Amino acid sequence: MRRYSAWALWREGLRGHAGWDRAWTSPLPKPRYEVVVVGAGGHGLATAYYLGKNFGITDVAVVEKGWLGGGNTGRNTTIIRSNYLQDPSAAIYEKSRSLYETLSQELNYNIMFSPRGVMMLAQTEHEVRGYRRTAEANALQGVQTEFIGPERVKELCPIIHIEGPRYPVLGALWQPRGGTARHDAVAWGYARACSDMGMDIIEQCEVTGIDSAGGAVTGVRTTRGAIGCNKLAIVVAGHSSVLAEMAGFRLPIESLPLQALVSEPIKPCMDVVVMANTVHGYMSQSDKGEMVIGGGTDGYNAYTQRGSFHHIEETVRALCETFPIISRLRMLRQWGGIVDMTGDRSPIISRTPLGNCFVNCGWGTGGFKAIPGSGWAMAELVAKGAPGPLAAPFGLERFREGRFIDESVAAGVAH
Amino acid sequence: MSTRLSTGGRLLDRSRSLRFSFDGHAAEGFAGDTLASALLASGRMLLGRSFKYHRPRGLLAAGVEEPNALVNLGEGERMEPNRRATSVPLRDGLVATSQNRWPSLETDVGAVNDALGRFLPAGFYYKTFMWPGAFWKSVYEPFIRRAAGLGRVPKGRDPDRYEHFYAHVDVLVAGGGVAGLAATLAAGRAGRRVLLMEQEGWWGGRAGVDAPEIDGMTAPAWIERTVAELRRMPNVRMRLRAQVAGIYDHGYAVAAEDLEALAPGRHEGPRQRLWRIRARRIVAATGAIERPLAFAGNDVPGVMLASAVRDYLANWAVSVGDRVVVVTNNDDAYRTALAVHRAGLVVPVIVDARPRPEGELVQRAREMGLRIEAGRGIAKVHGRKRVRGVTLCALAGEGSGLEDIACDAVAMSGGWSPAVHLWSHCGGKLLWDEAAALFRPDRDRPPRGADGEPMVLSAGSADGALRTADVLASGLLAGAEAAGSDEEPAPLAAHDAEEGPILPVWVMPQGASPELRRKMWLDFQNDVKVSDVELAAREGFIAVEHAKRYTTLGMATDQGKTSNINGLAVLSQSVQLPIPEVGTTTFRPPYTPLTLGAIAGVAKGDLFQPVRETPMHAWHAAHGAVWEPVGLWRRPWAYLREGEDRHAAALREVTAVRRQVGMLDASTLGKIVVKGPDAGRFLDMIYTGVMSTLPVGKCRYGLICSENGFLIDDGVVARLSEDAWLCHTTTGGAERIHAHMEDWLQCEWHDWRVFTANLTEQWAQIVVAGPRARAVLERLGGMDLSAAALPHMTWAEGMLAGLPVRVHRISFSGELSFEIAVPAASGLALWEAIREAGAPEGITPYGTEAMHILRAEKGYIMIGEETDGTVIPQDLNLGWAISRKKPDYIGKRAQERSHMASPLRWRLVGLETMNGSVLPEGAYILAPGQNAVGQRNTQGRVTSTYYSPTLARGIAMALLERGPERMDEVVEVARKGADPVLARVVDPVLYDKAGERLHG
Repeated sequence: MRRYSAWALWREGLRGHAGWDRAWTSPLPKPRYEVVVVGAGGHGLATAYYLGKNFGITDVAVVEKGWLGGGNTGRNTTIIRSNYLQDPSAAIYEKSRSLYETLSQELNYNIMFSPRGVMMLAQTEHEVRGYRRTAEANALQGVQTEFIGPERVKELCPIIHIEGPRYPVLGALWQPRGGTARHDAVAWGYARACSDMGMDIIEQCEVTGIDSAGGAVTGVRTTRGAIGCNKLAIVVAGHSSVLAEMAGFRLPIESLPLQALVSEPIKPCMDVVVMANTVHGYMSQSDKGEMVIGGGTDGYNAYTQRGSFHHIEETVRALCETFPIISRLRMLRQWGGIVDMTGDRSPIISRTPLGNCFVNCGWGTGGFKAIPGSGWAMAELVAKGAPGPLAAPFGLERFREGRFIDESVAAGVAH
Repeated sequence: MSTRLSTGGRLLDRSRSLRFSFDGHAAEGFAGDTLASALLASGRMLLGRSFKYHRPRGLLAAGVEEPNALVNLGEGERMEPNRRATSVPLRDGLVATSQNRWPSLETDVGAVNDALGRFLPAGFYYKTFMWPGAFWKSVYEPFIRRAAGLGRVPKGRDPDRYEHFYAHVDVLVAGGGVAGLAATLAAGRAGRRVLLMEQEGWWGGRAGVDAPEIDGMTAPAWIERTVAELRRMPNVRMRLRAQVAGIYDHGYAVAAEDLEALAPGRHEGPRQRLWRIRARRIVAATGAIERPLAFAGNDVPGVMLASAVRDYLANWAVSVGDRVVVVTNNDDAYRTALAVHRAGLVVPVIVDARPRPEGELVQRAREMGLRIEAGRGIAKVHGRKRVRGVTLCALAGEGSGLEDIACDAVAMSGGWSPAVHLWSHCGGKLLWDEAAALFRPDRDRPPRGADGEPMVLSAGSADGALRTADVLASGLLAGAEAAGSDEEPAPLAAHDAEEGPILPVWVMPQGASPELRRKMWLDFQNDVKVSDVELAAREGFIAVEHAKRYTTLGMATDQGKTSNINGLAVLSQSVQLPIPEVGTTTFRPPYTPLTLGAIAGVAKGDLFQPVRETPMHAWHAAHGAVWEPVGLWRRPWAYLREGEDRHAAALREVTAVRRQVGMLDASTLGKIVVKGPDAGRFLDMIYTGVMSTLPVGKCRYGLICSENGFLIDDGVVARLSEDAWLCHTTTGGAERIHAHMEDWLQCEWHDWRVFTANLTEQWAQIVVAGPRARAVLERLGGMDLSAAALPHMTWAEGMLAGLPVRVHRISFSGELSFEIAVPAASGLALWEAIREAGAPEGITPYGTEAMHILRAEKGYIMIGEETDGTVIPQDLNLGWAISRKKPDYIGKRAQERSHMASPLRWRLVGLETMNGSVLPEGAYILAPGQNAVGQRNTQGRVTSTYYSPTLARGIAMALLERGPERMDEVVEVARKGADPVLARVVDPVLYDKAGERLHG
């Protein structure tokens, strides 16, 4: 693999950029692999990457029905944070956040991790108590957060209207090391690194069936032929239930469209990420200058990755109230992504009824921030056949046992 | 120089001249001008800078597809960034400034990026800025951010208003060109309710510029006649300056009406109106957009779309230059050559990529003596801030110059792309028309509505029809089809010029060197060039979405209206796949950007979320209430007296209740009446306890759990009659619990005869609590409130102070307590009567904080404090409120799961700090060691913590592992940023353990 650097860019600049290689190769599927990962989104690619990096398993195919990174990895609002309340969540999201910090250097691909800070506004007394509690929990979990007052909120984000007529800002949970990253680049960077390790990333290859015998998967059928495997990892977010059905088991997942939009670009005016859960909306400003806005999920289950209007009206209304200057900006583009929601809004990283088949799903509205940590934990599960400490709490059996990992108190709907 | 011609301009009103300024320079235009046409008329071609390289930019287009001419419009709080000059009607006193340049538009330091352009290709930032790691945040990103962004940041609060309209129609016609007019005519004549919307300020679209005779009259005459006929139809509504911006599932459409543009300069009334439309059928008659051609220097100011050049001439009498070179791959651009020539200006040459152009228009140009160079292309455009000339070359070659031609404008045409956005928003598919070299809607794969029928019909040039006769026929047909009319509409005749075929040329010359390809722009605003798309293809970004995201092609404010098709054609050539196999990117709403304020509508400021007020709200405000938002309500947190802070006030209020008597406005508590023959059975499922056996006249405390077993609400249930129960919920829970009940009734037990009604606002409710409560109320007279007549946990109807009331003997403070419900209209009267009656005892109104402290002293749980969505009633020692006899209730099965039944669960206890201090909110109780991922182990957490004035020390409730088994044990409570505090585990009931006080 050709290393990326300022020097390489300079040299190529002098010769018309003719010498750059493909970022990832596009091979034909082989008849059999040690591991087949279904889904070349961030989580699937990260799973493959850490299988290679941490466990030396490189006989891996990542199959993708469309183009890689085309699902929620390329549709989210790019927020990275780990200020979760419950121990298992804080552990995996903080692992993920810390991996993000050095991911550009590790992958030799600039994913533009920007630790600009994330604040979650407290706009009711109840939220104040909730976020104070989260700050206390985070201190014991090794996650750096603090509860800040309204003056500090205003200082960090001058465009916030602190004295809202309806919900004045009473404070915020502030995670200075949270931030954003360039979402597509995360998928591309992992894909390039996987390809470099000799893994096969096979796009336009939809899984149409899963073959099993004696309680174990033997391979997958795809639109590009049958592919055998010793282990199967299903990492397909919104379509997890569809794949599980092919494998003959059920998942406690509901799939819903989540709405997002961006404004036209303006000059920088907001250096931090702000989430306002009481009024339902969150916003940051991309490096291009667009205000990136996320809202809630639609009120019905669906698989269409389309924007709908009702939710964005609610979100935009909330944000115009919180950031009055955006009222005269314009919405450039809106879209939807299909999020996979579990009963406790926490993910599943788990064994399945089929001995050599593993699932990673249920990240709901907050999967982008988890990509490196999720891949790390999933790779360990796939490689060892049993979960490590990060993944262990997220097994499917928790729904049977009632051992929920519920973040609703801290995160509201949007995260 | 561009200039205004002395005659012509079909949209101008030359009798009204308007003054405006751009970058501080004063200029004049006429009514009917756009800001763009007025700027051009005043000789300004340089209007902006591109995003990445800060290249000088002039107008490319005359309509909504314009990518370059973006300005900051207006001043102060009304300043609006990124306005397209082509969509801004000129008004007197208009102030516009250029954007994304420093220090000035003429001299922009950012243009240094252009000089370094060869080192900054598509996606260069993914390959560098990585070392050292910390530099991204501190050095690289701040630098990039400063360079990024386009318009200026608005300041302050938007002073303008926006409103929403709702419309239900049979047929929505998007686009008021001749296709849309024809469609409206057909649907309107069929008697359907039709709404026709046109984004520009005039009817007929581009027909007024280009169309031949229609129905035996000139196009403008036909348009005028048709509009007049439509206006006479009562079933047809028509709106100008209203754009159908997005189409969603089931015939839902959103449109934006620019009221400011309809009445420029006026500030009364709403600025924009957002239409939310339900349409049975939608006709997308949105026209087509001309494509640029890719040749070196095609972004130099003065290079414009050929159609825009003649639009400026015909509509606004603006000549874009004295010498206009026309470059094309099709016949349509000859119309521009003819128009320029007819206006008395010079067309030095028509450069036609086709080897043998023929067709009526070509013929006419020849007859007029215009020079046509066939099989030729433009190798290069000369000039930087303005076109100075072009170099011709052989199209088939590599770009060696054949001839230099001086000119000050270039009119280019790469053919037309139907505006298929609305068709595509909701899933309509496209097909590639090889002969016409365009994507058009695939009739066999339309977006479908709820009835499974095609929901959007495509008409006119949006459907790929480029000849006026075909456009009209397609419009009539779509209108009739949308109306469900069987009658074939009478055809409309139009005689179009015979046109020769297009030659799909995207890049000229075909063998252009990499050096030339680096100068060929595809996306003008985002600075994406042919070389960038080719680089993306080389690096494997061959999926069209990858190429788009890698290069940012089509991601600018114009959303690729002039660049997407050219970009994917270049991509298809690079990867040697046919265009349809490369496919298009997804068309997302809105068609052009929608103002956020318009989306928000009237719901801003005080109307954002209306405050719900109890009948006593104003009284509270007048008596020093500090408010706490609870749901949409505001409740008094405490009532401040002179010189008192809020905490002192709350403590005073607690003491008053304990010693004398206090009163609380509890009107916000949810009150849901559940009635019907199956109501008892229903409530036995909703609550963990048994409600069906509750005798009439009695009250019972109830718990409501979610399906997952978690406690979600609590409250007292009163049985009103044989078949009716009144369920009290928490303030925040009223709507949620009502919905929860209805969810189960409608989805699971739809055959049960039960009705629910949320009567929260129908009743005001006042709590009178404290040892003197009965004495105070008895003074009001009217009913027997003695312990014998009204024991604890009963209710009775009667009169108090001459008002009809229902009095509940229930207590959330541990004191003798009456909750008195009265019809809302009498709430304030009763409140004041009680206050007056209690004057001898100094009856004290108390707020939510005192209420919290009072209940915490008694160990009563509070939803949202002791519960957080992870707590089951058993954790709170509320097993007594769970029936063991009932076969089922919502949450029962969940509570039997192994983790829920575990003896190791965290359970409710009281905590007393050893030193009497108040524990921090949300603090955790430490356990030894760390877990497998290095987090400090915990064994519980503080759920409520207060200073108790009654006990004169800090008190707390907590959930602790095996808590009730560990009384008197001392535990460590963590404090962020401080040493842990030691606390003793105690009974959560800290005051009046025997519970004698509530009996008075």
